Amino acid sequence: MQPIHLAWVDYTILLAYTAFVIGIGFALRRYMKTSTDFFLSGRSIPAWVTGLAFMAANLGALELVGMAANTTKYGIATAHFYWIGAIPAMVFLAIFMMPFYYGSKARSVPEFLKLRFDERVRCLNSISFAVMTVFASGISMDCLARLLHLLLGWNYNISLWICSAVVLVYVIKGGLTSAIYTEVLQFFMIVLGFTPVIYLGLKDVGGWDKLKATLGLVAQNPAALDLNSKTFQPDAWTSVWKPVLAGPQANPMGVDWFAMVFGLGFVLSFGYWCTNFLVVQRAMAARNMSAARRTPLIAAVPKMLFPILVVSPGLIAAALAFTGKDGYRLPPKIVSDSAYVKAIPAVKEAAALKEDEPTAFKNVSAAIAMKLNEAKVAAIVKDAASLDDGAIKDRLQDAVVENDYNGVILSLVKKYCPAGLLGLALTALLASFMSGMAGNVTAFNTIWTYDLYQAYLAPNKSDHHYFRMGQVITVVGVLLSIACAYFARRYNNAMDVIQLVFSFVNAPLFATFLLAMFWARTTGTGAFLGLLGGISTSALVHGLTMAEGKGGWLGATLYTFPSSMAQNFWLASFAFIACLVLTFAISLATKRTKSDEELKGLVYSLTPKLKDEDQNWLLRPAVFGTILIIACVILNIIFW
Amino acid sequence: MGLDIRWPIGIMFTLIGALLLITGLVNGADARSLNININLWWGIVLLVFGALMLLGATRSRKTPPPA
Repeated sequence: MQPIHLAWVDYTILLAYTAFVIGIGFALRRYMKTSTDFFLSGRSIPAWVTGLAFMAANLGALELVGMAANTTKYGIATAHFYWIGAIPAMVFLAIFMMPFYYGSKARSVPEFLKLRFDERVRCLNSISFAVMTVFASGISMDCLARLLHLLLGWNYNISLWICSAVVLVYVIKGGLTSAIYTEVLQFFMIVLGFTPVIYLGLKDVGGWDKLKATLGLVAQNPAALDLNSKTFQPDAWTSVWKPVLAGPQANPMGVDWFAMVFGLGFVLSFGYWCTNFLVVQRAMAARNMSAARRTPLIAAVPKMLFPILVVSPGLIAAALAFTGKDGYRLPPKIVSDSAYVKAIPAVKEAAALKEDEPTAFKNVSAAIAMKLNEAKVAAIVKDAASLDDGAIKDRLQDAVVENDYNGVILSLVKKYCPAGLLGLALTALLASFMSGMAGNVTAFNTIWTYDLYQAYLAPNKSDHHYFRMGQVITVVGVLLSIACAYFARRYNNAMDVIQLVFSFVNAPLFATFLLAMFWARTTGTGAFLGLLGGISTSALVHGLTMAEGKGGWLGATLYTFPSSMAQNFWLASFAFIACLVLTFAISLATKRTKSDEELKGLVYSLTPKLKDEDQNWLLRPAVFGTILIIACVILNIIFW
Repeated sequence: MGLDIRWPIGIMFTLIGALLLITGLVNGADARSLNININLWWGIVLLVFGALMLLGATRSRKTPPPA
């Protein structure tokens, strides 16, 4: 694949953005005086800023690249991650959970667990979260460096280290505020950088109706694009609910409605949006209770519309590739250098020995270890004598049939953007990766400093000491992320790995929080053992079931899921139920250690109700939240 | 916190908008973008967005925001 050539204007935009984020870091440095400033922005940020940051903090590789990839593969059902997943969870967080997070004055989610239960629960949560954040950050940086290498021909190592260094500089200077500000900046970059690409793409395929018609053909023959080996009803790629309701065999995601609604919509999404410190930290930085509660609601507005930016490119790419317009194809998986070393001699040997076509195809395919196009391989072997090694490499790459879904969104950028706009779109992408890393690093350094270092290793030090510790651990966090990026380099679909980690750790967590906040009888022992039970349940289920060749590491396979997506959703459902039941039962069997007085402000029934009457009625969380839910239902119906 | 975020957003998008606008004027329409001079049009959009952010920032500097 030929790298894209960048013009001076593209480099200027890229450099301008980098200069701005570093500049923001330095401009904020003089406000960083205490550890609260560094880790919680001094609880002083207006709601619209925390709201956009709340949403943008999760806009890393996961979002843009991963969701567009999923849409090409699974169709518009990807929008479920937004319309049944994120929005209801965000509204629930704002109305029911934020009063306890913000009102308890806890500085982190694990600290809330300590106030509500005991040190054990906090320790378990903070360690698992810290590990998860570093992994998420590493996966996203690996994805970034790979894209830069592929797209621009930049060196993987240099890209990884330079991007990490930029993040390090601005986080170390401006702490959480820096991360939040650059997240907001990045949000606008993404929206303004990708909108023209979507516009051009839609115009090129001939508008929404034409797109729908083409995708109807794709659904009936997805094998043509190597998307799926089955065939589906024409609406499989363009309807949100109909294919899901028709059963796991009728939709490309291979998911049944219960796994979708309960597994994704309830367990995974509520687990992520309501308990993940990465996003909750943004709301905790708000300047007062009503701003904190409004944060997830403000975030829900762009979140609801975001499928326009992430779902449509996936659909456009599938349609364009199906019609083959202007020679467009889905980006193929990249052949590694180590595969070429074996494949090029295989081609030459086939040519020299005049092997028959099936034998030559078998040998070359085995060397590349990917699905190849038989006719193209035959042509390469035929021409081998007149080709040099470079040309054989290019032709072999072209013969790969397997899709690199993560490359979908960039293939459109490459197709439609002239110099100038190209710089903007690429900078937006770079920005989203970097701010994803910054978000993870700021969550990581807070958890480390408050919940591990201050709690267990060095209590009762001066505030200045913890502030310095925060800066030191920021460096460590970035280095750990880089290490994880190299580790993640081995995996292909980053999204699946992240989902898997989330479902192990996050799924049972929401059960714990639900009982913690709404049932005063829940005890520390119950929560701790319930959580452990939930996490082991997800690991166990994953170990005993298979999907797409993954899982089943315990040896025996009791059940095979139609897709790894379905496996993840079911895994989460089991973990949630196990945690809920265990916590409930053990709590009843153990003695309460906290009095009603101690639980005031932490449990729903023991906390005085908040009065919202002084606010503009439209901005009251209950009203605002209801409007959002109604809008969400309408979107589901429109794309039914 | 001290720095109003609308300043960096406003300045950055005004700058990028101007860059795109100039690129659009110099290079003209491109076959890649379906012969639409997307740089020119999108440059204008970004300029307007940047200007609105700067306007908001200047106005709130004159009147302190309600607590």
